[in-house]
Amino acid sequence: MIARLLEDVPRRGLVALAALFALLLVFPYFASGYLLSVGFLILYFAYVGQAWNVMMGFAGQLSLGHSLYVGLGAYAAAALYVHFGVSPWIGLGMSIVICVLAGAVIGFLAFRFGVAGVYFAILTIAFAEFARIGFDHFRWVQGSSGFFLPVANYTENDLWNLRGSPRMFYYLMLGMTAGAFVLCHALLRSRMGYYWLAIRESPEAAQALGVNVFRYKMVAVVISAAMTSLAGVVFAFYYNNLFPEQIFHISRSIELILGPIIGGIGTLVGPLVGAFLLTGLAEGLRELMLQLGIDVPGVKQVFYGFCLLLVVVFLPHGVWPPLARVLGLERKG
Amino acid sequence: MLEVDGISKSFRGLHAVQNVGFAVPQGEIVGLIGPNGAGKTTCFNMIAGVFRPDAGQVRLAGRRIDGWRPDQVCTAGIGRTFQIVKPFAGLSVLDNIVVGALLQSRTVSAAKGHAAEIMEKLGLGAKRDMLASSLTLPDRKRLEVARALATRPKLLLLDEVMAGLRPTECDQIVAVFRELNRAEGLTILLIEHVMRAVMALAQRIVVLHHGEVIARGTPDEVVRNPAVLESYLGEETEV
Amino acid sequence: MPIEIYLNVAASGLLTGLVYGLMALGLSVIFGVVRVVNFAHGEMMTLAMYLTLVLFGATKLDPLILMVPIAAVLFVLGYLLQLGLINPFINRPEHSQFMLLVALALILVNLQLIVFGPDAQGIRTAYSFDSFQLGPLIVDASKVYAALAALVVAGALFSFFRFTLLGKAIRACADNYDGARVVGLNVKQLYALTFGIGAACVGAAGAMLMVVGDVTPTIGPAYTLLAFVIVITGGLGSMPGALLGGLLIGLTEALGGVLFSPSAKSMFAFGLLVLVLLFRPQGILGRKAA
Repeated sequence: MIARLLEDVPRRGLVALAALFALLLVFPYFASGYLLSVGFLILYFAYVGQAWNVMMGFAGQLSLGHSLYVGLGAYAAAALYVHFGVSPWIGLGMSIVICVLAGAVIGFLAFRFGVAGVYFAILTIAFAEFARIGFDHFRWVQGSSGFFLPVANYTENDLWNLRGSPRMFYYLMLGMTAGAFVLCHALLRSRMGYYWLAIRESPEAAQALGVNVFRYKMVAVVISAAMTSLAGVVFAFYYNNLFPEQIFHISRSIELILGPIIGGIGTLVGPLVGAFLLTGLAEGLRELMLQLGIDVPGVKQVFYGFCLLLVVVFLPHGVWPPLARVLGLERKG
Repeated sequence: MLEVDGISKSFRGLHAVQNVGFAVPQGEIVGLIGPNGAGKTTCFNMIAGVFRPDAGQVRLAGRRIDGWRPDQVCTAGIGRTFQIVKPFAGLSVLDNIVVGALLQSRTVSAAKGHAAEIMEKLGLGAKRDMLASSLTLPDRKRLEVARALATRPKLLLLDEVMAGLRPTECDQIVAVFRELNRAEGLTILLIEHVMRAVMALAQRIVVLHHGEVIARGTPDEVVRNPAVLESYLGEETEV
Repeated sequence: MPIEIYLNVAASGLLTGLVYGLMALGLSVIFGVVRVVNFAHGEMMTLAMYLTLVLFGATKLDPLILMVPIAAVLFVLGYLLQLGLINPFINRPEHSQFMLLVALALILVNLQLIVFGPDAQGIRTAYSFDSFQLGPLIVDASKVYAALAALVVAGALFSFFRFTLLGKAIRACADNYDGARVVGLNVKQLYALTFGIGAACVGAAGAMLMVVGDVTPTIGPAYTLLAFVIVITGGLGSMPGALLGGLLIGLTEALGGVLFSPSAKSMFAFGLLVLVLLFRPQGILGRKAA
């Protein structure tokens, strides 16, 4: 099976990936606390961007409300932990179930009723906003006052309860991102992957070839939702506080799609490249400004906006395709 | 194989197709001709599941398929091409065909193998890894046909495949269809304006005009039918 | 609660709804003609609001007078935006256009945040605390004036599109891009004009809203969404629909706020949106797509 996964991946690409992975593995050993947190953030965005990419890049459905799944996943696992002491590894089961249901509802409503394109995007925004306002009033998880996870001084990492050092979270995120990468690669070469791409390119033609468009769109939405919910779980246990106003906010939704768009929608490596570039550069900018003594909120976001603008205007397929050509890593067929 | 029984379709008061009926016997090639606006593509779309007929039935091998979804119709054994080709622009030629081949193949590799065969048959082998968006129109038409063939249909619906092709290209594709019909018994229903192809392929012809059948028979019979001649020539003089 | 409270709240909601309607009108015009989804609509409005704030601070002129130059400024902005940035995108895939405007929105909101800070800022006019009494109804004078201004501007817009040659040319483009080009209309120019007009609407609406409430950078995105909800509910491409949608949303928000909780009021707008998208996607007054 590994052989089939690896067939027709250019050799240079494999070598590059392996080198990158090795680098990421040893990174924590020579990175400061700050750099480690940046590294975590990059991997987080790479992961969540990849999850979003499944729906958009593969099945062609633009979701601008993905923060819904991050939030639902986060709150589900956090609530189970705080109220019942349930380990997040078990709690994530609940996160996945809830997000799959939410995704299924949105998908069903959208696809059954023919809500597509921009209308679909707006529908997804509406649902995320609904959740944001709804959770503000959700007493069981403290609503708008914020839901807090107990933090104590740990002498050792407790992986089971996801209590531990930033390094632990870094490796967790690395594992998830690598896993997502491999999963998406496998999905793309599967029957479903072909059908998704076909639906993205021309749903009518796909139907005429026997593809049940509704079913495959639903699967894409559900997989994307499930993957994103796991990011939510990690978010909750890493930051230890949840506010509906923040986690469901539309800025979060936009933030998490910047990576794949800038990197390249529909490509496997796009979300990774995008996350590296964006978060890396943004943090670099922040450092620069701190050195210069400027501390103004909003600068990072303006930077994001300009990056997005530049990419959308000049590199509509993202940074990765031309980069891949330059590096000789273009995939065939 | 295919029985179209009194189908009708109106769009907001405009009667596109009225009480059309014909049969496509197994293993035969039947042509559906008529002036522009006669309702030919609407008939196709009703057979292929894009529209539900307002009245009448469509039967495939005795089973009613009218009102089925297009993907269900394809699974039942009908493949179709589109008048305005719809390639998967961002995919390679081979991958385009693979999408079709996946219907009847158990694994992706088997689908790839089958797709490669069809690709060769339609003369697209050399363009295997090219993006569909970079193909010329004749090649896009071939790709459209290849994709539909990859689903291993029992009945193939061809919608004006020859339009825009040069005579030699037209002859090449005609030869492919003739061969498929002869060797594998592929049943074909084709809409065509290019008479060269119709005469060369069709064993039987059905003529539509203003949404109704005005003639049917062998190519020789139909070509001499006064009503048919009037429908074509009459249109021009009215303009 | 006594019925008067509901009536008052409803009246207030309807008045504000008219201003919302004007804002949504701008979006409807843009989308109806240029087919661009202006995701930066609300952010443009907050820009207009901040402009009003600044100009008021400098000149002490009533916002409803400042409305004119502000609308002009926004017109130019919209015109240049369409001409320079968006026109090249006409043939790009839909989500590309969308992303372009998302980027603009992001930039606008955060620039406003940097320049003006996150705190709410407002204007006090001579009539800020006045009210009119009509029987049991007590309504804010500022809301009445704003609503009247909105009606005037909307009326002017309707007349423009109905009776002037330019307006008809623009409507022609909306109906048929290629046809319009064939008869010699400079569509790109007209698109730019249309975006300018839509932006001017938003500018006027912004000035009006400053009479009624405060501005913070974060309400930009909220208004963008509101504009979409209104336009989709009222009917894309229908100008009366935008106003009707505005009234409806203003009403539901106000009543929802008093019946349930103020913070939950936008939930109703979103609920309405979902229902409309599912069951009547062309909106209340919209035409079904050909």
